[in-house]
Amino acid sequence: MSVLIDKSTRLLVQGLTGREGTFHAKQAAAYGTTVVGGVTPGKGGTTHEGWPIFDTVRDAVEKEGANASVVFVPPPFAADAVMESAEAGIRVVVCITEGIPTLDMMRAMTYLKSRPATRLVGPNCPGVISAGKGKAGIIPGHICREGRIGIVSKSGTLTYEAIHQLTRLGLGQTTCIGIGGDPLIGTTHIDALQMFANDPETDAVIMIGEIGGSAEEEAAVWLKANFKKPVVAFIAGQTAPPGRRMGHAGAIIAGGKGTAAEKMAALSAAGVRVVKSPADMGKAIKEITGS
Amino acid sequence: MKIHEYQAKAILARYGVPAPRGEVAFSAAEAGDIARRLGGVVVVVKAQIHAGGRGKGGGVKLARSPEEAEALARGMIGMTLITHQTGPEGRTVSRVLVEEGLQMTRELYLSIVLDRASGKPVMMASAAGGMDIEEVAAATPEKIARVYVEPGVGLMPFEARQLAFAIGLDGPQVTKAVKLMSALYEAFIATDASLVEINPLVVTASGDLLALDAKMNFDDNALYRHPDIKELRDLNEEDPLEIEASKSSLNYIHLDGNIGCMVNGAGLAMATMDIIKLSGGEPANFLDVGGGANAEQIRNAFAILMSDKNVKAVLINIFGGILRCDVLAQGVISAVKELGVRVPIVIRMEGTNVDEGKRLLNESGMNFTTADSMDDAAQRVVQLAG
Repeated sequence: MSVLIDKSTRLLVQGLTGREGTFHAKQAAAYGTTVVGGVTPGKGGTTHEGWPIFDTVRDAVEKEGANASVVFVPPPFAADAVMESAEAGIRVVVCITEGIPTLDMMRAMTYLKSRPATRLVGPNCPGVISAGKGKAGIIPGHICREGRIGIVSKSGTLTYEAIHQLTRLGLGQTTCIGIGGDPLIGTTHIDALQMFANDPETDAVIMIGEIGGSAEEEAAVWLKANFKKPVVAFIAGQTAPPGRRMGHAGAIIAGGKGTAAEKMAALSAAGVRVVKSPADMGKAIKEITGS
Repeated sequence: MKIHEYQAKAILARYGVPAPRGEVAFSAAEAGDIARRLGGVVVVVKAQIHAGGRGKGGGVKLARSPEEAEALARGMIGMTLITHQTGPEGRTVSRVLVEEGLQMTRELYLSIVLDRASGKPVMMASAAGGMDIEEVAAATPEKIARVYVEPGVGLMPFEARQLAFAIGLDGPQVTKAVKLMSALYEAFIATDASLVEINPLVVTASGDLLALDAKMNFDDNALYRHPDIKELRDLNEEDPLEIEASKSSLNYIHLDGNIGCMVNGAGLAMATMDIIKLSGGEPANFLDVGGGANAEQIRNAFAILMSDKNVKAVLINIFGGILRCDVLAQGVISAVKELGVRVPIVIRMEGTNVDEGKRLLNESGMNFTTADSMDDAAQRVVQLAG
């Protein structure tokens, strides 16, 4: 059982006719994902690279049974695309777009509250990949290997680094979930950890956080009370200066809050194995799982 | 994005948030003229920089005549103002706000920020105005009243009243406060602000509520739809290298160390800074070249890195999904040749064609060291930086 994306996924690509959408749709299909078509308003009825294009998400759901969507739509229109998928009953929406105005996401999240059947992952994330089964997003398939470790991460390429370390050590992954680096996101560390708790195929989890906000501290409290499987955590931004936005919109130490040190302390106190160096994530998993 | 106090007050005025009468001056003579026009017994001359703590640093002074206002402005314009928020190097003052002086009976605090945990804007008010709100929050958190605004609904009058009563307002002041708070909320949403702060919000002797100081920060992601706000950007308040980097759409933050970093991805870039520090080195910068690690971006990134004279060695850590490492290697080789980069460069890359990429670098005859892992890369670059 994989988390979020598996063999039953019928993936719609919002923004399929754009450059990014086209490239990553092909990659996803090559990896074994069932990609059923794309949505580009105004281009409905045409085909693109062999896939049917629809004007609306509703059409794609009706005609192709799409049950998941990946959003490769530019920032001014991305929140709208997310809401459209929710309205059409899409179960999993993965939003890759970086640069969405925060208040647009505030409105999208409010919209999603009344559509609890839809789970949003992201925005500003690399997406989800279930090793050997399928992917929605831009995480490269060739670095993954089927196995039993789950990954939940705010980062993009730092997630690839974690995957790469595991693969090199002979450990594989169940599902890797990039939750994104924005201040408002659809799936939190806790949401992902809950999914891994319920997944009998996942034995342990690597959790990657960043400075900014209090998600990791909240996850620490949740983990202590609810999560029995071993967790290794790395928090990026130990050397970040306060008050600066470190690339990701959510990666900012504000008013003294959201430092890496606080997050690391909270997670350690909850029994998580916290590694100081990003080079040690794979090693630590190997040690604590006794693999 | 940050703006000056006088600009924030102008924006807020459009939404109906009252502030003292005042104008910005770029010269001592202008300051004198403004003071003359304002009249009154006293005017306040306030240095305009993107940092707080100006009063303590000598950047806020009272003048009892237009001549005195002019003299004070002469002293302030061109001065380097150092406050606890500017860092020891301070900021050069290029303009001052000349404002009518007021009799005030109370100093309050009012702000709006997006609360990440709830996903709602939170309006905070306190009777402890004119102080460092973070200190108040730490020492006496009960002195801060909060309302979490429902995004689809907006700030309701009863919510504003709750805050008004909580900070000790009564009678006609409550009505004025509700109006001001509603206006502030409207401004926050309409301008895509990330922070709006009035500290202090004053009650004048005549019972009016005014924003004596105002701060507005804006969501960078939303600036594309606020060209008028984007215009207000003051480049003098920013680091010149960072300004240069933003022209090439590079995410660059200038730091103190001597190891330049070039990484794709913000999280990996932060982690690279972290591992350099753990290995005994000091990062010179944060630099995310983003998804487009093509030849042009690599060249632009090198140009920025090498403009920092402190850089003694460079670490490139690029993990591409689709990126071809031989193409990356070519990009690095040509950039280094073109710019005449002399410092040692350690490259760790992952993607496709990794071995081919390494071969190209090693055979280039240039000062490249290839590394197999982040650990390896960090240790090598720290050694090379000396």
